[in-house]
Amino acid sequence: MTATAIMPPRRLIARTLGTPGALAGSIILVVLVFGAIFAPLISPYDPNATRVCPRLAAPSLDYVFGCDLFGRDIFSRILHGSRLSLAVGLLTVAISLIAGTLIGMVIAFLGGRVDRIGVRLLDVMLGFPAIVLAILIVAVLGVGAFNAALAVGISGIPRIARVVRSATLTLVGREFVDSARAVGASQARILRRHLLPNLMPIVIVLGSLDLGTAILSTATLSFLGLGAQPPQAEWGAMLSAGREFMRYAPWTMIFPGLALFLAVMSVNLVGDRLSHILDPRASKHD
Amino acid sequence: MTETPLLAVESLSVAMDGVPVLEDVSFSIAPGETLGLVGESGCGKSVTALSIMRLLPDPPGRITDGRILFDGVDMMSLDLPALRAIRGDRIGMIFQEPMTSLNPVFTIGDQIGESLIVHRGLGGAAARAETTRLLDLVGIPAARNQLNRYPHELSGGQRQRVMIAIALACRPRLLIADEPTTALDVTVQAQILDLIGRLRLEFGMAVLLITHDLGVVAEFCDRVAVMYAGRLVEEAPSARLFAGPRHRYTEALLHTMPAANPPGRKLPSISGAVPAPADRGAGCIFAPRCGFALPRCATELPPLEAPPHRLRCWNPAA
Repeated sequence: MTATAIMPPRRLIARTLGTPGALAGSIILVVLVFGAIFAPLISPYDPNATRVCPRLAAPSLDYVFGCDLFGRDIFSRILHGSRLSLAVGLLTVAISLIAGTLIGMVIAFLGGRVDRIGVRLLDVMLGFPAIVLAILIVAVLGVGAFNAALAVGISGIPRIARVVRSATLTLVGREFVDSARAVGASQARILRRHLLPNLMPIVIVLGSLDLGTAILSTATLSFLGLGAQPPQAEWGAMLSAGREFMRYAPWTMIFPGLALFLAVMSVNLVGDRLSHILDPRASKHD
Repeated sequence: MTETPLLAVESLSVAMDGVPVLEDVSFSIAPGETLGLVGESGCGKSVTALSIMRLLPDPPGRITDGRILFDGVDMMSLDLPALRAIRGDRIGMIFQEPMTSLNPVFTIGDQIGESLIVHRGLGGAAARAETTRLLDLVGIPAARNQLNRYPHELSGGQRQRVMIAIALACRPRLLIADEPTTALDVTVQAQILDLIGRLRLEFGMAVLLITHDLGVVAEFCDRVAVMYAGRLVEEAPSARLFAGPRHRYTEALLHTMPAANPPGRKLPSISGAVPAPADRGAGCIFAPRCGFALPRCATELPPLEAPPHRLRCWNPAA
């Protein structure tokens, strides 16, 4: 039927879980989110308490993921780190999605000179490697997990804005926008009521696909020492701290890396499936 | 045509990217009257309709000359809020494609209610009650159950009925119907035209019916205006025009209708093609395809004669 046919949420969820990959992704994601929410209850030790175990102790029954240089329990730190990593990832995506959608929608709707200038500016921003742009922003704003999210979020705006702009252009040409004008609806009303809801499937897909990249990018910034600061437990920062002992205490890197890998993979699996369902050009069959 | 017209279009000219697509088009519609605007694809019918609503996308379209008087008010002088107050409230519009003219993500109840909310400031319950009544009016049975349906759940004819309900929600004085039946089956076409005709009488509104279907015009309209390549070439009361077309283009057009020809014979056609907007000559635009062209036809533009039978032709049929 129409490109953006309405789908009730329950059916959307049922269809999302319809393939093994997306089902596995969803399960991992639920476990991760569950772990993040209940981290204080689940984690056996205080994530920041030092000398709860022997320095760089290998994984054992007491310390399932082993210990780091300061004798902190890695399992507890990963659990607590997931709160920061997932929250920062979500914040990042929220920043690029909201700003990117607004910018893309408005420049396409206004058209003409606004559109031409807007697209040029987006092109300039796109020409910059995202991570370099993020480093630049962090350099200006200062280090920290929140600033890292802001930086990665801003650097993701142009990509979202480009996609939303082209999607809006196809919508603006559709007759229902003309008929909304003919009914006397204001510009703001057309944007809010007629364009935005029709863009939602695309925005949801962009967001879900971007979440994985966002988690990875903010972890990268932390790895480079520009994001979360010690002693905050954060996966990227933990990877960075562990890299000196990779040869004789590989668990200091393996487990944070694994957590990062699982988080990004599960988000991507679900995002991929969502885009398959919501993207009109993807095949109609399941 | 003694009373003041509801809509008067006076020597309207429109250019697209600097190329004139509409030149010196004038016509008027009296309150409650139905005017048919006919012509082949690309002759400027839809541009005329969009210009009246001031909905022509600019750029590329630009109204270069002329006036559009609706109820005595020059639409050209109004700012956007004033225009919005007229659109949908006092002038309703129906588009050609009922498939794409409805927003796919909202229920039809929402969409019919939109102009009631925009113009009448009705709240949820009042808008719903009025919407139900409107759906009844346009002949969608069991209206209450239909309010929550989405456009893709309706047939083409039903969607066009919904479009009509949207256009008529605020009881406009003028309805502009841009090829309202072109995308529909023949049987549904008749139903939709019947519906528009019935509601026209009920609401006492004037209708500007844009179409390329001469049969529809003959049946439905009080007067007919014929357009060719961006110009109005002939305008007369329907009965008069169909009984005795005087412009050679109208004459040729009527000859091509299947009903005007004995069965079994090949239908006549007008040789040649409509010139592109950029290469329209100085004289009568139809002259290159006209079997009755005089030497002056190619060089001099014939003036538009006065009512009741207006035409632009140097060598009209008797």
